[in-house]
Amino acid sequence: MSAVDTTVHSDGHGHVTNTGVSNEKVAMWAFLGSECLLFGALISTYLLYRGKSVSGPREPADIFDIPFTSVSSFVLLMSSLTMVLALAAIQRRDEPRLRLWLLATALLGATFIAGQIYEFTAFVKEGLTISTNVFGSSFFVLTGFHGVHVTLGIVMLLSLWSLSARGKLPPEKSETVEIAGLYWHFVDVVWIVIFTVIYLIP
Amino acid sequence: MTSVLEPSAPLELPAAPPDPVLRRPRTTQGFWGWITTVDHKRIGIMYGVTAFVFFLFGGFEALLMRLQLAQPNGTLLSADFYNQLFTMHGTTMVFLVVMPISAAFFNYFAPIMIGARDVAFPRLNAFSYWTFLFGAILINSSFLLGGAPNGGWFGYAPNTSITFSPGHNIDFWIFGLQMLGIASTVGAVNFIVTILNLRAPGMGLFKMPVFVWMTLVASFLLLFAMPIITVALFLLMFDRQFGANFFNPAAGGDPVLWQHLFWLFGHPEVYILILPAMGIVSEVLPVFARKPLFGYPVVVFSGIAIGFMGWGVWVHHMFAVGLGPVAVSAFSISTMFIAVPTGVKIFNWLATCWRGSIKLSVPMLFALGFVAMFTIGGLSGVTHSVSPHDRQQTDTYYVVAHFHYVLFGGALFGIMAGIYYWWPKVFGHLLSERIGKVHFWLWFAGFNITFAPFHILGLEGMPRRIYTYDDDLGFDYWNMVSTVGSFVIAAAVLVFLYNVWHSRRHAVPAGPDPWDGRTLEWTIPSPTPAYNFAEVPEVHEIDDFWHRKYGEDDQGRMVKLTPPDTEGSLDVHRDDVHLPSPSYFPMVASFGLLIIAYSMIYRNYAVAVLGALVMLGGIYAWGLEPSSEPHDDHGHDDGGGATSHDPDDDGGHKGVEPADAPDAALGVNSGTAEQVTTT
Repeated sequence: MSAVDTTVHSDGHGHVTNTGVSNEKVAMWAFLGSECLLFGALISTYLLYRGKSVSGPREPADIFDIPFTSVSSFVLLMSSLTMVLALAAIQRRDEPRLRLWLLATALLGATFIAGQIYEFTAFVKEGLTISTNVFGSSFFVLTGFHGVHVTLGIVMLLSLWSLSARGKLPPEKSETVEIAGLYWHFVDVVWIVIFTVIYLIP
Repeated sequence: MTSVLEPSAPLELPAAPPDPVLRRPRTTQGFWGWITTVDHKRIGIMYGVTAFVFFLFGGFEALLMRLQLAQPNGTLLSADFYNQLFTMHGTTMVFLVVMPISAAFFNYFAPIMIGARDVAFPRLNAFSYWTFLFGAILINSSFLLGGAPNGGWFGYAPNTSITFSPGHNIDFWIFGLQMLGIASTVGAVNFIVTILNLRAPGMGLFKMPVFVWMTLVASFLLLFAMPIITVALFLLMFDRQFGANFFNPAAGGDPVLWQHLFWLFGHPEVYILILPAMGIVSEVLPVFARKPLFGYPVVVFSGIAIGFMGWGVWVHHMFAVGLGPVAVSAFSISTMFIAVPTGVKIFNWLATCWRGSIKLSVPMLFALGFVAMFTIGGLSGVTHSVSPHDRQQTDTYYVVAHFHYVLFGGALFGIMAGIYYWWPKVFGHLLSERIGKVHFWLWFAGFNITFAPFHILGLEGMPRRIYTYDDDLGFDYWNMVSTVGSFVIAAAVLVFLYNVWHSRRHAVPAGPDPWDGRTLEWTIPSPTPAYNFAEVPEVHEIDDFWHRKYGEDDQGRMVKLTPPDTEGSLDVHRDDVHLPSPSYFPMVASFGLLIIAYSMIYRNYAVAVLGALVMLGGIYAWGLEPSSEPHDDHGHDDGGGATSHDPDDDGGHKGVEPADAPDAALGVNSGTAEQVTTT
C-alpha cells in the first residue's frame, strides 16, 4: 500500500503488521515472556528452600514416587505431540481430525491433572501439607501453579473444540489453534524444568 | 469527536445477533458511551482523570502526615493511623498516580505518534483500565472497612504475616496490588504489540518519537517485573491464608526472600515510573528549543540500557541486610554504573537546549524543572551507591529526600510538562500560560521547600516512618519548614485545578499545531477525531512533521516551507473509518476479578468461585462478540488501523459470526477507504 515503506508485511491472514507476525501471536509471545518470570520466581523460591526444612519430610526422596510422576510427565509431553497434530490437521483443512486431536490433547492434560491430584492427596496422607514446612509450602505452590496453568489450557482447548464443533473455527483461523498451542507447549516445557528441579536433581 | 461514529452505527442491522444477556452497546455518547468505550483516547482520558483523583487522595494523606510532623510530639494522628497513611501515600502515588498517568499518556499518544488508529487490542485496553480502577477502589475501600494497609508500600514480610498483622489491612494491599498488576501486565502486552506492529508506513523503530521508545521500554519492564511481585504477593497470601511457611523463620522460612522478590520487582519499577517522564521531556525540549533532540539514537539506547541495567541493581535497597561484602560491592558498582546512561540523557537534554531559540512556555518550564530536579535526585541516588554512606542513611529522611526528588522532581514534573504540552490536543484549547506560570513557580518552590529539608533531617539522623519525635532532637525547625512547603504544593495543585476550570471557560480553539510541533499528533485536528488520522500518514524522517514544515535553503539555513502539505487533510471529515465497537464485557470480566478479590480478603471462597464464573462469562462473551459490529473482514488493510483484530487474550475462542452484514451498512469498505476523496 505504500511506496516508501519497507517494513510493512502481511502475515498471510489479512492483517498488515510491521513485524509480519499477527498481533495475537506477538501478544502471546509477550505474555509467555512474562510467564517465564512468574515460574522463574517460583522455581527460585523452591530451590532456595531445598533442604531448609526444620521438621517433617525434607528430602524429596523421602516421599516422592518418582516412577509415578515420570509416567504422568510422559503423558503431558505426549499432549504436546497431539497439539502439533491438531494444528497440522486444521492447516490441511481436516476439521474432524482437528477436533479429535484437540480432545486428545485435553484428555492427556486432564490425565496429568488427575495424577497431580492423586499425588497431592497421597502426600497429604503421608503427612506433607502446605503448612508442614518450607519444602511443603514451596512444593505445593510451585506444582499447584503449574497445575492451574494446565487446567486453564484444558479450558482453552475445550473452548476451541466447542467452537469447531459449531463450525466457528474454520481453517482460515488456524492461527488461533497455533496460538493456543504456543501456550500449551510453554506449559509443557515449564513442566520439564519443574520435573527436573523437583524430582530428578538429587 | 463522537459524532463521527453516529452515521456508521445504524440501529437496525439485520446481522446483529440477538444477545441474550446484554445487547451490544451502540452509543458512543454520554455516560454509557464512556463506560463501554474501547477508544484508546477516551481510555487515556479516563486513566488520567482517575489518576488525578488519586493524586488528590495521596496528596491529602501527605498533608495529614506533614501536619502531624510539623511540631514535636504531634498528637493529630495515632501511630497506627500514621502507619496507614504512609503506606497508602506510597502505594497510591506509585501505583495509582504515576503509573496510571503514564498509562494515560501511553494510551492517548503512543498510537497517534506512530500513526495508528487505535491500540492492537482495544477491548483488552478497556479491561486494563477497569481492572486498574477496581483495584484502586479495592485498596482505598480499606479505609472504610476496618483500616488501610499499614506495612509500608514495600510490605516487608514477616512484618506483614498473619502473626504480626492479623487484620485485613494487608489483605487489601495484597489483592489490590494483584489487580493492579494484572492491569499493568495486560496493558504492557497491548502496548508492546501496538508499537511493534501498528506503526504507520515508513515509521521504522528508529524513526519513532522518543516518548514511544520509552513507552516500549517501560512496557517491557512492566511485562517482566510484574510477575515477580505477583509471585511475592501470592507467597504472602499462602502464608497468611493457608498456613504456608515462606516467610516464617520458625519453620525455616527466609525473610530476606521477600526483600529479594520485592526489590527485584521494585527497582525496575523505579524505571517504569521515570522512563515515561523522560520520554515526555524528550518530546517537549526540542519543540520549545526549536532544535532536534541532540543525539536521538544515544537517548534511545540510553533508555534501553537503563531498561537492561535496571535489573542488576536491586540489592542497593538491601545494603543494610548483611548480604556480605561481595554482594554489596558488586551492587555498589552496578548502581554507580547505571548512573551513566541516565547522565548521558541529561547531557543530551542540555545539548538540545544549547543555542536553541528557547521559548519558556509552561511545558518548557516543567521540562527544565524536571532536568534540574531529577539531576539532584539522581546525584543523591549515586551517593547511595556508596555502601558505607548508604549504611549510614538507610531508613532516614535522606532516602525520603532522594526518592521524592526523582519521583516528584522527576516523574511528576515530567508528567506536568506533558499535561500542559498535550492538553490542547486532548481538549482542543490551551491551558492558560499566565496561570500556568503561577502554578509552575508555586510547584517548584513548594517542592523544594518540602523536600530539600529532608536531606538535612536525614543527615541529622531522623528516621523514616516515625509518627512523632521528641523536642530535644533538633528536628523541629526543618520539619516545620517542610510542612509549610507541603501546603505550598497544595496551593500549586489548586492553582492547576483553577487553570483547568478557567481555561475551559475561556477556551479559544488551539488549532491543530499550537506549539509548532514536530511529531505526528500535531498533524491532526484538536481534539483528535475518533479515527485519529483521516489518512494513514507516511513517515520519512525522525520528527517527520517538522520536516514537512521546514526545509533548508542554499546556505543550510532553516526556512519555512509554504504551504505545509498537511493542511489540506485537516478539513477532511471521515465517517467511513471502521472503528472497534464499544463493549460491556471488559468491565464485566474486571468486575469478576473484583468479586474474587473481596471474597479472598474475607476468606469466603465460595463467593470467589462465583467471581471466577463472572469473569469467565465476561471473557467468553467478549471472545464471542466480534471486535467490530457488524462483523466483516475489512479494516485489516488500512495500515495503521487495529480495527478488527480480535482482542483475544488467551488466544483461544475467537468465534465470530459469519460475515453476512453488508458492507453497505457502514457506507464503505475500508479496504477502499484509503482512496476516499479528501475534499
